[in-house]
Amino acid sequence: MASEDSTINSLVERASEGDRRSVARLLTLVERGGVSAEIIAEATHPLAGKSHVIGITGAPGAGKSTLTASLARDLAESDHTPAVLAVDPSSPLTGGAILGDRVRMEEATEAGAFIRSMATRGHAGGLALAVPGMVRVFDAFGFNPVIIETVGVGQVEVDVASAADTVVVVVTSGWGDAVQANKAGLLEIADLFVVNKADRPGANDARRDLELMIDLSQVTGQAVRRPEIVMTTATEGKGLNELKEAVSEHHQFLIQEDQMSLRRSKRWKAEVRSRLEYLLSEFSKESIDNLEENQESSPSSVANDLAKNLLKKDELG
Amino acid sequence: MTKNEPIRIVLAKLGLDGHDRGLKVVARMLRDAGMEVVYLGLRQTAEMIVTAVEQEDADVVGISMHNAGHLTLAPLIVNALRDAGLDVPVVVGGIVPESDLEAMAKAGVAGVLGPGASAEDVAACVREAVATRGK
Repeated sequence: MASEDSTINSLVERASEGDRRSVARLLTLVERGGVSAEIIAEATHPLAGKSHVIGITGAPGAGKSTLTASLARDLAESDHTPAVLAVDPSSPLTGGAILGDRVRMEEATEAGAFIRSMATRGHAGGLALAVPGMVRVFDAFGFNPVIIETVGVGQVEVDVASAADTVVVVVTSGWGDAVQANKAGLLEIADLFVVNKADRPGANDARRDLELMIDLSQVTGQAVRRPEIVMTTATEGKGLNELKEAVSEHHQFLIQEDQMSLRRSKRWKAEVRSRLEYLLSEFSKESIDNLEENQESSPSSVANDLAKNLLKKDELG
Repeated sequence: MTKNEPIRIVLAKLGLDGHDRGLKVVARMLRDAGMEVVYLGLRQTAEMIVTAVEQEDADVVGISMHNAGHLTLAPLIVNALRDAGLDVPVVVGGIVPESDLEAMAKAGVAGVLGPGASAEDVAACVREAVATRGK
């Protein structure tokens, strides 16, 4: 433990001096979780909070990687030091993953962006614990903005992307009619919509459906600020400036309207909650493993006793 | 690294070698063996591979070669990683004549896989390379 501490301390020191390899190593340790991740969280928390965190999500094949890549490249070329955390699913059968985002991010990498690929890995809630920690590492060592890119399919993936300051949801033409739009929770988290592949037929219909949906949510008072819709053809570079503008305008809005602190406090609570849920699930796993079966007691009374015991604990683990 | 963490491998083809079907098959094999494959695809340079290994904190690099450039290019990658201070083994797959195997080993290539390699062979070769890392 003491050696772990000193290894991490020296990594943090070198990362502060701009050593990217140390940043990469810290990311690995946070992703693995456990004691090291906690030590790193303690070390990076006081340093973080300065970066604009952007979440980009949407259906598979909508063009998220290409858009993320162009955004990151543009930012890197205009005196920013962006980092991208590109999350791809692990195979539920083998635990392996093919992380292909770097293929589209060559120019962004050359321009100086830090790209990190990440697999969702199997463990329950792992992503919800690891991603905020990894974003904090980027934030603490001067990467700004930090872009999280996830496929908007699983709830955890959506949650992870929505724990950002600015949430961009990417759709394409033919993604569904207005009814679908209302159903999909994905669309409710958006601060900004991108209709990508705008050169295809149906792109304007997609835009109209989105406008309609936004109108409705304005009526029901859900949205604080009407989400902007940006039309892009990412492969041809069309609409990318507008996207960059829209992201930056949303950032300004957050700062000027005092929305940033609100978002951050929501995010902080969400992370405390993920962590607490993780600890509780570990505790219940352990309790069940050590449980002496006595079928004469009712399951609920046994669970109540275990919970009472937990609440009396003064140390974790 | 701890045993239960998946191996992270950077997979690429170099320069003007457009045969990426094999690379895709290998990516799939490694994924099915439980590894995390950071896929770079075609037309990579030594510099791009070094950057990817660095940012992804990868354990091993896999290079696919089908243009007879292996005697030049494989050592180039091995040296580029070494010069960058990265202790990361390189595994080469593709068409490598048997007479070149010794030269490849001398150049520091950790393993060579030919066209007949099975999915098991591929995964075993990568695991072996990672296990002997830094030795």
